[in-house]
Amino acid sequence: MRPEQLLTPTPSGVCCKPAKFHIDPTRKVDRALITHAHSDHARAGHKHVLATRETLDIMRLRYGENFAGSVQEVGYGETLNLDSVKVTFHPAGHVLGSAQIAVEANGCRIVASGDYKDAADPTCAPFELVPCDVFISEATFGLPVFRHPDASEEIRKLLQSVTLFPERAHLVGAYSLGKAQRVIALIREAGYEKPVYIHGALEKITAYYEECGIPLGPIELVKGAKKAELAGQIVVCPPSSMTDLWSRRFSDPVTCFASGWMRVRARARQGQIHLPLVISDHADWDGLTNTIAATGAGEVWVTHGQEDAIVHWAKARGLKARPLAIVGYGDEESEDDLDTAGETGA
Amino acid sequence: MNRFAELLDRIAYEPGRNNKIKLIADYFRTTPDPSRGYALAAFTGALSFKYAKPALLRGLISDRVDPELFALSYDYVGDLSETIALLWPAKKIKGRNDVPTLSEIVETLGALGKLELPGQLVRWLDALDERGRWALLKLVTGGMRIGVSARLAKTAAAALGPHDVTEVELAWPGLEPPYEKLFAWLEGEGEAPESNNPVLFRPVMLAHAIEASDFGKLDPKEFVAEWKWDGIRMQAASGLDKSGKRATRLYSRTGEEITKSFPDLLSAFQHDGVLDGELLILREGRVQSFNVLQQRLNRKAVSSKLLQEFPAHIRAYDLLSEDGEDLRHLPFLERRKRLGKFVKNLKDSRVDLSPMVSFGSWDELAGARADPAQHGAGQDADAVEGVMIKRGDSVYQPGRPKGQWWKWKRDPKVIDAVLMYAQRGHGKRSSFYSDYTFGVWTNGDEGEQLVPVGKAYFGFTDEELQQIDRFVRRHTVNKFGPVREIVHEPNEGLVFEVAFEGLARSSRHKSGVAMRFPRISRLRWDKPPKEADRIEALERLLEGDPAAPLKRKRRA
Repeated sequence: MRPEQLLTPTPSGVCCKPAKFHIDPTRKVDRALITHAHSDHARAGHKHVLATRETLDIMRLRYGENFAGSVQEVGYGETLNLDSVKVTFHPAGHVLGSAQIAVEANGCRIVASGDYKDAADPTCAPFELVPCDVFISEATFGLPVFRHPDASEEIRKLLQSVTLFPERAHLVGAYSLGKAQRVIALIREAGYEKPVYIHGALEKITAYYEECGIPLGPIELVKGAKKAELAGQIVVCPPSSMTDLWSRRFSDPVTCFASGWMRVRARARQGQIHLPLVISDHADWDGLTNTIAATGAGEVWVTHGQEDAIVHWAKARGLKARPLAIVGYGDEESEDDLDTAGETGA
Repeated sequence: MNRFAELLDRIAYEPGRNNKIKLIADYFRTTPDPSRGYALAAFTGALSFKYAKPALLRGLISDRVDPELFALSYDYVGDLSETIALLWPAKKIKGRNDVPTLSEIVETLGALGKLELPGQLVRWLDALDERGRWALLKLVTGGMRIGVSARLAKTAAAALGPHDVTEVELAWPGLEPPYEKLFAWLEGEGEAPESNNPVLFRPVMLAHAIEASDFGKLDPKEFVAEWKWDGIRMQAASGLDKSGKRATRLYSRTGEEITKSFPDLLSAFQHDGVLDGELLILREGRVQSFNVLQQRLNRKAVSSKLLQEFPAHIRAYDLLSEDGEDLRHLPFLERRKRLGKFVKNLKDSRVDLSPMVSFGSWDELAGARADPAQHGAGQDADAVEGVMIKRGDSVYQPGRPKGQWWKWKRDPKVIDAVLMYAQRGHGKRSSFYSDYTFGVWTNGDEGEQLVPVGKAYFGFTDEELQQIDRFVRRHTVNKFGPVREIVHEPNEGLVFEVAFEGLARSSRHKSGVAMRFPRISRLRWDKPPKEADRIEALERLLEGDPAAPLKRKRRA
């Protein structure tokens, strides 16, 4: 079987025709397999959704009880037989509940990895390497200029700044699902014991992480706090809130942004960031290229990000490589609009 | 080096002056000699070694990275040093001990032969992390533009102990990197480093802007007045160095040395003294407008053609020291007498005395201010920015002491312009749209349209800022990155009254004119945009400008 017969790329995601399902479709379908709960991959309104328990729970938190007609939990390592096709979920190391989906039929195995990272993360299961014939990879940071440093080193810089500017609140912009909780967990690992303040948009998901047994220490909401109480505190919030009306309650804050984009100075300057923290939930260039090579895949499909460089790299190594041009992945900024609605100015 | 790189990284993003000082002071406190001294030297421009050329860096990276990947990366990042710093193949070795310190790098660069440079750079790039490589490349290419002035770095050094930056300035001339004695003294462990340099900068005395309500409280008999010239406030210090040779230094009002930009003035000083004055351009005895002076400023190379076309001149206001005697404690009128003799004694047409403006009452002075041409300024009246009012008995004190000196500027020019774009501010204003681009009407390709003529980010009260911010958020029609386009239709939009000091032709602005010192003087909520001014109103203001014909000739 040719790989394209098993999984067919379309502009709204990859589609398995023999077993009639889509992976992370960007339009409503009858049967969707979802890699993780970020809104560009996990949309509401499918008839039937298969995903990990955590992904389903987070979708429910965000979209409400009726986000899908029916759902089915799939555990890591569990193999499902959908018609003639075998499907297995493996940890992707991206956020809590994130999975790579291995699809196999007639001796051909394709791994749709969704978003993934091979770096350590105390808030989710580590990435598992799955050997395959075709590897579908993201390329968010698919340029060799992106090499993420050790996240704990970035957190050290944050805490050092908190010590140096004890009167200024440190606003840490972090995507509300995954990054925010990872940043808090890393702050705890570094020994910081004071309460961490969070924007209301992070409340539900952060509480859910704790329910799942990920300790995040004392958390306070910004909403109820007095202005004087916020001086000198670490405040985690969605990136978009750092420049909106919400941020006016802090006097002379240090604006920090935890993102792989912060590696490039122009990006940090554009965002008027004072302290860029290069912390990413995506694989960096070394992570992408090492992973592609290690899967042993002879062919790589690139879903979104900096496709050109990864495709060039793969071809230079004698691999078959193509960009998939799926519309609508990689928009993490709008991801936050889901949770921030209603918080602005509150 | 990694600590220095981290500091550079941080201050490059930090807009607040006090926060920058705190960051630099913290670095000085926690970094040992001699590295911290070399950092201070890097900030004050006191390092000297041969810089590496971009071609050398390109060669190093092309040996290591696929050209296609380099091209894609450079295109994305947009800065050569940064691209190379990020792309350089990392050699992660646990517990490596060959990470160079800033002092090793500076000392090695000073002693290195040209042929050894590439190999040495490679060894350092291998040993440093991304930030360290970036800082190294900025250092070796001479491209450190990070928004830290020498004065700011010295202020941070002073913050280490009980000393004031003025004391650091006094001690500074004659000191050499890595300033170990200076740091020891600042931290309270040693004597002040001796300065034997007679040509130090003396911190400048400044004036308050006078308000109408102030005059009632001031007795005109206690004050004297002189013209406020529209040039650059500067200080000239001349004396003999250790070997008995004459040394002359020119400083800006903030203490930055500008001697190299004005070599044509140096020979005018053949006597020991420190003079406070205004830097001007004079052609055939006539003072030229600020726009002409501006063409002489910020030039990398001072060519003989530039010296000839833009002859520099000093109009003297004050004398701070003469023959080693500090005059600053004397009353102004006494210093003024000494100044008159000093200037006469120089016998040089490039330095003259700023004339006094006589008056008996504030009304008389108002008359002089309104018409300088008829009150002594004659043909130079265009270069008069207003009058300075000084207490006859004022001693020369650094900073802006209360009640001593006042400036009374001529009424600014104003136009009504329409808000077109807004951008968020920095620091405390970072959540407010506080930087505004405004335009006036012109007859363009699409009929009547607005053309941007300037940008302003002050002049309004905090309350007005909130009102404008609200307007911006509610009337955005487009977003380009951090910039918002605001509705600007004939009947919808916000009109600003914009005040400004002068106008020059400019090929860099779409409108063809550039404003000097524009600020929002009033919000005209009452005025519909269609009643705002037209570009012709600005062009009329240009006509009296002596710079205009000259600039046209230069461009042809």
